[in-house]
Amino acid sequence: MAAFDEMSGFDGATRDAYAKLETWLKTTPPEEFSTRRSQADVFFRRIGITFAVYGDEQSTERLIPFDIIPRVITGPEWATLDRGLRQRVTALNMFLKDIYGPKECLKAGIMPDDLIYRNAGYCLQMINQPVPHDLYVHIAGIDIVRVDADNFYVLEDNARTPSGVSYMLENREVMLRLFPELFAQHRVAPVENYPDALLATLRSLAPRTAAKDPNVVLLTPGQFNSAFYEHSFLADKLGIELVEGSDLFVRDEVVYMRTTQGPRRVDVIYRRIDDDYIDPLAFRADSVLGVPGLISAYKAGNVTLTNAVGTGISDDKAVYSYMPEIVKFYTGEEPVLKNVPTFRCREPDALNYVLNNLGDLVVKEVNGSGGYGMLVGPHASKAQIETFRKKLKHEPEGFIAQPTLALSTCPTFVASGVAPRHVDLRPFVLTGSDGIRCVPGGLTRVALKDGSLVVNSSQGGGTKDTWVLDA
Amino acid sequence: MLSRTADSLYWVSRYVERAEYLARILEATTRLSNLPSSYGGAASEWISAVKTAGCGEIFPQHHDSATESSVHHFLCFSPDNPSSIRNCIEVARSNARAVRTALTSEMWDALNGAWLELKKYDGKTLTRDDYGRFIEFVKALSLTFDGSAYRTMLRSDAYWFSRLGVYVERADNTARILDVKYHVLLPETEKVGGSLDYFQWTTILREVSALTAYHWVYRESIKPWLVADLLIFNRQMPRSLASCYENISRFLDAIGDAYSRQGPAQRMARKTLSTLASRKITDIYDHGLHEFITDFINDNNRLGSTISEQYLV
Repeated sequence: MAAFDEMSGFDGATRDAYAKLETWLKTTPPEEFSTRRSQADVFFRRIGITFAVYGDEQSTERLIPFDIIPRVITGPEWATLDRGLRQRVTALNMFLKDIYGPKECLKAGIMPDDLIYRNAGYCLQMINQPVPHDLYVHIAGIDIVRVDADNFYVLEDNARTPSGVSYMLENREVMLRLFPELFAQHRVAPVENYPDALLATLRSLAPRTAAKDPNVVLLTPGQFNSAFYEHSFLADKLGIELVEGSDLFVRDEVVYMRTTQGPRRVDVIYRRIDDDYIDPLAFRADSVLGVPGLISAYKAGNVTLTNAVGTGISDDKAVYSYMPEIVKFYTGEEPVLKNVPTFRCREPDALNYVLNNLGDLVVKEVNGSGGYGMLVGPHASKAQIETFRKKLKHEPEGFIAQPTLALSTCPTFVASGVAPRHVDLRPFVLTGSDGIRCVPGGLTRVALKDGSLVVNSSQGGGTKDTWVLDA
Repeated sequence: MLSRTADSLYWVSRYVERAEYLARILEATTRLSNLPSSYGGAASEWISAVKTAGCGEIFPQHHDSATESSVHHFLCFSPDNPSSIRNCIEVARSNARAVRTALTSEMWDALNGAWLELKKYDGKTLTRDDYGRFIEFVKALSLTFDGSAYRTMLRSDAYWFSRLGVYVERADNTARILDVKYHVLLPETEKVGGSLDYFQWTTILREVSALTAYHWVYRESIKPWLVADLLIFNRQMPRSLASCYENISRFLDAIGDAYSRQGPAQRMARKTLSTLASRKITDIYDHGLHEFITDFINDNNRLGSTISEQYLV
């Protein structure tokens, strides 16, 4: 199955958007590239060291590889993506408001009732519970893949606590330092306003009881969390306090933080802690990361949590399979972004088909993430396939299956030189009470192993700077 | 600012200061113990170093005798010693990491770099030369960290809390030296050790890096009461108790002004400062040097807890 290469298409003819990059790749001496690559490495290590996550021995290996060849998206391509992302996130917010409220979509038969009611991601505490400004997903990371010149698919929606935006920002910083001449030749849309956009979004979400100048904080599980570096980076860029659970307390259904000048009210919490751990009184009682009573303050409408509690249900891959219908139902428009065709193994016909074609399909757990718990049929051993066959028969509703997509590739530096490697894209979409903001671009992840389709950083993926060209 | 942030900044500085203090004790003791015994050099100096480091109680639980190598290992690296130099640097770095954005990148680099360097010593048996280099490295860390704070931090509450940590710890350290060695610093009339004590006195001065300063200030040969005077009352001497309290009081006042609120910590610091300003070494001897030092250490600890209650929890 030949893959579409974003530089040279299917037929090897260089696409316009990559013309200057191709010349650059051809005319720059190889030594120059290796010098720049090691400079990039030093720079990242320094940032890593500065921010500490990559200082210690075990996590030196967690330094995510960075590829210096940028990935290019044209202005018109981005315009379509941007439109589709806004539409999709709008629909996601309306969907969540609906299933935690009137449930019109179930009444209309858009999806089976039990997909919601029996879903582990459906948070009973949030039923009929208003949230500030009726918004649930304020920060979304929508994973997108490309298969040819015209077709982009949404691979999954991340509506809980999507991470990776710090790499988007730092990849650009590194590229600006290393290759100013490339930026002079291309009109690359900036991404550096993301922190400002995020802060504006968070401030717009303050509850109505908040003061005029709301106090926004970022809640982290602490320095042992693998994404702590990003938490600390964002808090710094936004100029807000980076708090841990123990810095906050709740009195009379209002959240305060402990400061050197006494308690100070908190209005908006950009939390990077999962629902389960956020309040030991409401969810997992053994959580030491959360804030006791936080959910009572949230329910009283005195604090905004971003993202809202209970958004996990829209990350469910069986719910995902209904997204085209969800978009149509709530926005009245045809979806701009396509879904990957999905077999819901909960449906007997689909299950039959999947069982007979395991070798060609990708099978995923409905609530899995990070590239774990999945079977990539064409790359799997017989034993792995048989294991999944048993799992599927045992609990069909726990799985979906999709055809193996020929993900697009981008030229990438590897040991043997420049070679095509598969990529995906995670743009970040911000939704505030004053509208949707989406910085052009996102995080491009690249599978560094030849032929591999798994781009997750936990499994050997790297990242690239993503350039949206201003038309 | 968050109380936890202030708390971490305060403790980062305390631990870095303590690491340097331990390094100085080891350095001065090595020098003293190398002297022939007729000049006061004695193996007993090593147990005295352990006491000065504040490890008098836990050291005997892990070692039968205090020798150069057992004490070096215990004070530098031992996992059994919660205030070993290694532990000080690790705790300082962990606190720094939790509040990374409250530090300047220079401060962070100094500490993180030292922490990475520390890894190189893991599992190695060190020679006397290695220990010498290690001690130089620790002193350099504290100079770099302190210098970075001074040169790069915004003059706001973050800076003041970090400075408070330095001076509360330093006051404690200087007082501990006096506490362990007070018996060689008694006034002329008591003649406890005679000239044998000369090398004890210079060791004390070396522990607070004040040997040269002594000569500049007093312009005469070393007298025990002048050593005590220098370490307790001399405001020009950066490690004296008076100088520490001048700084503590100054930074607490800066915090009080910024927050428009004075509290018990400010009052306690001012009281100690005025005691140090109004008394003379002869009064101290009249009332007992040891009693004075014991009271000072207790007061300083109380001030630490008061700062903590007032701002850091």
